[in-house]
Amino acid sequence: MIWDIIIAPFADFGFMRRALFGCIVISISATPVGVFLMLRRMSLTGDAMAHAILPGAAMGYLVAGLSLGPMTIGGLIAGMTVALLSGFVARVTALREDASLAAFYLISLALGVLIVSTRGSNVDLMHVLFGTVLALDDATLVLLCSIASLSIMILAVLFRPLVMECADPQFLRSVSGLSAVTHFTFLALVVLNLVGGFHALGTLMAVGIMILPAAAAGFWAISIGGLISAAIVIAMLSSLIGLLFSYYYSLPSGPAIILVAGIAYGVSLIFGPKGGLAGRALPRPHFES
Amino acid sequence: MSPALAFQNLTLGYDRHPAVHHLQTEIADGSLTAIVGPNGAGKSTLLKGVIGTLAPLEGEVSFGSLNREDIAYLPQQSDIDRSFPISVVDLVSMGLWREIGPFGQLTHRMRHRVATAISSVGLKGLEARPIGSLSGGQMQRTLFARLLLQDARLVLLDEPFTAIDARTMADLIAVIHRWNGEGRTVLAVLHDIEVVREHFPQTMMLARELVDHGPTKTVLTAENQFRARQMCEACAGPPHVCGRSAA
Repeated sequence: MIWDIIIAPFADFGFMRRALFGCIVISISATPVGVFLMLRRMSLTGDAMAHAILPGAAMGYLVAGLSLGPMTIGGLIAGMTVALLSGFVARVTALREDASLAAFYLISLALGVLIVSTRGSNVDLMHVLFGTVLALDDATLVLLCSIASLSIMILAVLFRPLVMECADPQFLRSVSGLSAVTHFTFLALVVLNLVGGFHALGTLMAVGIMILPAAAAGFWAISIGGLISAAIVIAMLSSLIGLLFSYYYSLPSGPAIILVAGIAYGVSLIFGPKGGLAGRALPRPHFES
Repeated sequence: MSPALAFQNLTLGYDRHPAVHHLQTEIADGSLTAIVGPNGAGKSTLLKGVIGTLAPLEGEVSFGSLNREDIAYLPQQSDIDRSFPISVVDLVSMGLWREIGPFGQLTHRMRHRVATAISSVGLKGLEARPIGSLSGGQMQRTLFARLLLQDARLVLLDEPFTAIDARTMADLIAVIHRWNGEGRTVLAVLHDIEVVREHFPQTMMLARELVDHGPTKTVLTAENQFRARQMCEACAGPPHVCGRSAA
């Protein structure tokens, strides 16, 4: 009975299977990046980068209409430009990275809104902002899988310097010249995953699947491996449950998935064993040493 | 013997204001030198100049036979994110970066060396602890263990004993003596004059400019200390371009 409810929509409809597959791929690819964003206290950077991608996607849309390639490339270019410019300004001037990032992403966002509102219709804006997870075609799924493979591979190669850059950036700078390379490659990973995510979930909701599971995982695990595993599981379950909600109650699927991830975060916040609220309210006896 | 480090008319500073002014001296290879002086005397700035995070306004630091990889540096305030989920053993293993780089494998032998370094700073048994759970002294011991693995020919320590209890300090001083005994050059910024007198044969006294540099007994005089204080207090007032600059 319960299995019918869960299985039937995916067994009956190809678009549901595609949607689920796309979301699972994004979960595996984007959430590890989200975990590192959280550990580096850059959770809001993901949000800023998502806004920065908009004019690129809009520009791609202007050039070629609602098509995969130009919008992806445009988004990548816009995101990387903002990441590199803000990082560059932070390194050569007195302005800190958060302030310069804010400046550049706001410029980029304004440009994006301007382009979309003068040349596109509201439907297009909705597509870029909220994605079309229920209409993922083969080309988009191939793109998502490629981005996921690339992202996981880069993360594996970058893992050691990235951990050092997070834990002790000064030390990494003192023993190697890889600090800046690590930082910018990591930002490139953020952009890459957001661009992948926006086809399915839209630019804004793509940040949700990156950050919310990571934030929730913080209440279940301590180690980096544990955090990443927990975040991926939470993201996958949120995708599945969110899609089912959207199917049975005719809800827009992107926000439904992110809201389920939000509920997972709320549950973790209360019941999570690592610093959750319930653990605080019910103190256990302390140890001898 | 050629010196490990030579400061040639070195001026270091921030935004044109010098913090180290026309410094001209040498650090002998294999020496154990304390850098002393009042707050604002340019001691930390000098170390930043040596590791190259601060470019000289004038003059230069020359290294003799040392390369940049031969220098290990313990900053006064480290940027370490204590909440980051990393264990003592992982943090100490970072000291092997020169040997393993970003992709090299941590061999069985290397793990053994990490374990030896950890136990030689008295942290045996705490290997798996996350760094966030360490006390200030234990953290400093961890950083010394990492320095041990860096196997550097020149070790720079910036106020390594601030907020450290006597027992920890004694253990860490023993590590410093061991380094020096192995022929490494150690340069440490210190405030505790008694520690300097007891453990450091050479002393460099700074007050933006060099006050004195030589055997500790001859440098740490009441006269020099009085002069250093006066020189630092004389730094106030409106800025004007230094007349000693070459350009």
